[in-house]
Amino acid sequence: MKQGHFESANQAEWQEYRALLAYLDSAGKGKAGGGSADRTAASLDRFPRLFRRISSHYALARRRGYSPGLIAELHDLVRGGYAHLYRRRPRPLAAVLAFMARDFPGALRRHASLFWLASALFFLPMVAMGLLAYADGEILYSLMDEDQVAGLEAMYDPDNRKPGRARERQADTDFAMFGFYVFNNVGIGFRNFAGGLVFGLGSAFVLLFNGLHIGAAAGHLSRLDYGETFWPFVSGHGPFELTAIAISGAAGLLLGKALVAPGNRPRLSALRYNAADAVLLVGGAGLMLLFAAVIEAFWSSGPAPASVKYGVGAAGWILVVLYLALAGRGDPSKGS
Amino acid sequence: MSPIDTIRFNETPEGVDLGLRVAGPVPRALAFVVDLVVRGALYLVLIPLTAFAGVGLGLMLLGFFLLEWFYPVLFEVLKGATPGKFAMGLSVVHDDGTPVGWSASMIRNLLRAVDFLPILYGVGLVSCLVDRDFRRLGDLAAGTLVVHRERARGAAAIPDVPSRPLPPGLDLQTQQAILAFAERGPRLSAARRIELAEILTAEEGRRGAAAVDRVAGWASWLARGQG
Repeated sequence: MKQGHFESANQAEWQEYRALLAYLDSAGKGKAGGGSADRTAASLDRFPRLFRRISSHYALARRRGYSPGLIAELHDLVRGGYAHLYRRRPRPLAAVLAFMARDFPGALRRHASLFWLASALFFLPMVAMGLLAYADGEILYSLMDEDQVAGLEAMYDPDNRKPGRARERQADTDFAMFGFYVFNNVGIGFRNFAGGLVFGLGSAFVLLFNGLHIGAAAGHLSRLDYGETFWPFVSGHGPFELTAIAISGAAGLLLGKALVAPGNRPRLSALRYNAADAVLLVGGAGLMLLFAAVIEAFWSSGPAPASVKYGVGAAGWILVVLYLALAGRGDPSKGS
Repeated sequence: MSPIDTIRFNETPEGVDLGLRVAGPVPRALAFVVDLVVRGALYLVLIPLTAFAGVGLGLMLLGFFLLEWFYPVLFEVLKGATPGKFAMGLSVVHDDGTPVGWSASMIRNLLRAVDFLPILYGVGLVSCLVDRDFRRLGDLAAGTLVVHRERARGAAAIPDVPSRPLPPGLDLQTQQAILAFAERGPRLSAARRIELAEILTAEEGRRGAAAVDRVAGWASWLARGQG
């Protein structure tokens, strides 16, 4: 068949397909409207069939050696339709709830061993450093210089109006502190994850470093008898924040594992495979850190008595454990 | 395609090959610079928020957080490209050519922190240059590509002139060259048209404008036959 005949025989279908494509392109941007749009929407049922027709036209045009211009034109038509037909549907906002209720804890349980490894890298140095700093007042200075120690002590001075906040932040509102905690803490979680790409070393370092620092601060402040401001302050958001840091570390270690021990896949596809789960973990950890920031800003430095704060902290730990261990279990739709 | 082309083909479920023109480090770096300016402007817009006592500082910090981590994610998923990439005619797609989704975009943009090491995308640049499809580490992990957007092409038509039979024995490649010449000829200068046509008509010894007419006649024969 000559090109001219081919073109005139199929021109009608190409026109219809072009109109549908233009409609789909504009529908995404919310510009569609009017009666013609309704008519086009009704004929969208024909789009997949037309797409397959145009695909075969494109293949024929190449096979038969039609002109490069026509081939390029058909290629663009196919490519435009392909992007619409095979697009991953963006998840609506409600899916965030389903994600937190099912996907995130499920992904964490699939990688429980890495979570325990990350927790060990984080909590063991924390406890050890805490005990050391409590016993020995000098050891803190191996981690921080004098200014940092002074700043730390000032934050938890029992005379502060708002415990847990640096002197220059005493006047800031709770909301300002919320912004600060989100900016700082969620950022740490994300960097913790990204560091895992360096064979897991970055995540291991962030976990160790933060574990040592938090432990040293806790031990040092307890030694100074600032414990009565420090412990009630951290008890509220601690369960969520500390667990989330460990989880984002586990997400980083999951990336590192793909490079160090890819199993029976090539490293690149192991990385891609693990990254799909790792992003679930880091997304969940990010939301947990966001929740922790809400508590830290609006509750932790509040006026509630210490016993209530300890109670909230204990409830938080129970909630975190139950949530991560049980949420989304027995869900029939869960694959893999 | 010859090996030095950076076109990457992938086959659709319909069994046809779609070409993606992957973008190299230079347009991506320029896109980054444009984004840097856009983000800088957004930071400047946010700073006056501190004037509102109370919530202002908090809003500003939340804005900084979103700009730092989610500026690329939101633009890539909702628009296909950040303003910088858009200005450079680039877009981000999955490696099968479909528009990028939340998960892949999150992966590639969170891992930007590593690609940026040690300074100014050092790691990302090395990765880009080593990989055949110019992927930085974040792209490798997310399975994404940065591609040139298709430019809208003007419809190419083969001029309707009386057709002339082809000389015998022209292979498919030569026939395609004749067709391409007929389609793209109007966009070339007259001298260049003649120069190219004379290559095709060298055996017949036609020169000048007569050569151009002869090749147009052949193209018409190829596209429409005798009629």
